[in-house]
Amino acid sequence: MSETILKTPLYDLHVELGGRMVPFAGYSMPVQYPLGIKGEHLHCRDQAGLFDVSHMGQLIIRGEGLALALEKLIPVDLQALAKNQQTYAVLTNEEGGILDDLIICKWEEDCFFLVVNAACKEQDIAHLKSHLEGFDFEILEDRALLALQGLQAAEVMKRFAEPACELTFMNGCHCEFDGAPVYITRSGYTGEDGFEISVENASVEKVARALLACDEVEPIGLGARDSLRLEAGLCLYGHDMNTQTSPIEASLIWSISKSRRRDGAKAAGFLGAERVLNDIELGVSRKRVGFLVEGRLPVREGAGIFDADGNQVGEITSGGFGPSINAPVAMGYVPLSLAKPDTQLTAKVRNKDIVITVAKTPFVPQRYFRG
Amino acid sequence: MVMMMSDLKFTKDHEWLLISGSQATVGITEFAQEQLGDVVFVELPEVGSEYSQGDEVAVIESVKAAGEIVAPLAGKVVEVNEELADNPELVNESPLQDGWFVKMELNDGVDLSELMSESEYQEFTAE
Repeated sequence: MSETILKTPLYDLHVELGGRMVPFAGYSMPVQYPLGIKGEHLHCRDQAGLFDVSHMGQLIIRGEGLALALEKLIPVDLQALAKNQQTYAVLTNEEGGILDDLIICKWEEDCFFLVVNAACKEQDIAHLKSHLEGFDFEILEDRALLALQGLQAAEVMKRFAEPACELTFMNGCHCEFDGAPVYITRSGYTGEDGFEISVENASVEKVARALLACDEVEPIGLGARDSLRLEAGLCLYGHDMNTQTSPIEASLIWSISKSRRRDGAKAAGFLGAERVLNDIELGVSRKRVGFLVEGRLPVREGAGIFDADGNQVGEITSGGFGPSINAPVAMGYVPLSLAKPDTQLTAKVRNKDIVITVAKTPFVPQRYFRG
Repeated sequence: MVMMMSDLKFTKDHEWLLISGSQATVGITEFAQEQLGDVVFVELPEVGSEYSQGDEVAVIESVKAAGEIVAPLAGKVVEVNEELADNPELVNESPLQDGWFVKMELNDGVDLSELMSESEYQEFTAE
């Protein structure tokens, strides 16, 4: 592991915009800009926000029979994806735990484009390569990634890349942004409508500046990125799930294609399938749920969860203040018997008992564009 | 309450004090609120509680993290800023005035020599 801190091609722009730079997954990234986390969060939901997510890993894998080969590592029906359609998926290990979560997009029958978490990218690529011998890997170190998210994202995008505005949620297209070749998908991790723009390093500053020049768009840092995804009820790898967690415990059963489950046409056949499919069939002993929090004191990662008798029954894995619902929100793991919505529990914060209530997620309505 | 920065004393914990007789009003500095980010919750002590220098007096939760206010000097809390319960954002908007935290009756003979003047504090934060 190198000790040097990495920079994305937009580092100088972040500094120019007044971004407060912090180390994150080996990169120096803006945690916030002068607008502040709360302001950025609200602005993104109400109008549009621009995120630099160039620290994430982008790669292309090619080769005959790739879909079936990848299905041994990912519990998704990749053959069934349409061209330029993508899906959220987990990368499972032999024990049915989660190595990472990722976005996988079918570019061609034998060509897939993947976006993986920054902190996991080296390990993910090694894992994929070791199981996909003979396939061609192209690691896109020369490409940056931007996310444009929010109610006005499509309105903004229309000015630069009209074809992208025809896309529905989780579809993508190759097009041009102000003359720069880009791959744009209708996706994101905020619960809002929006786009992710994969663009050459050499062009990303031009694209970012063009978007930031729009009145609707503000730059958004890691702080608001986290509060937006938390309100949207979305998992953060390494916090809400890890190599020990099965996707069923993590309440990610929706990410496992029907055809890959027991009795499906392509049942099992992926790493850790036995545990994952047993978890579906026999049920799990604990699962990830969302919590609404009484009062205004945020309940954060690591806080213990207790039942009415004072027994510790679980732990908060993500928590903070949700600016849009103007209250603290959290998620964590509890036994199945305590996982029903409206179940009241307590979380301990500095020896204080805070009442928390199991709640359906997302905490804010999803506004994905489904056409 | 109108105050000038020059009336204030500062600590290395980025707190300010306005000392008047044996009482001190305590808050956090502009620099501290900036670092902390948007404050969403403030946990205040009970009036009458006594603290030694360095004890945790109040907790500040921002969207980002939890921080604490420590007693800059030994003494007893005689008043808390109740406004902060409903409007914790006052800490960001007006850290030196409306966003004050507590008023303390200082113990006799507390040592004021460690406190910084405004210019000393500016130098300290510039480091």
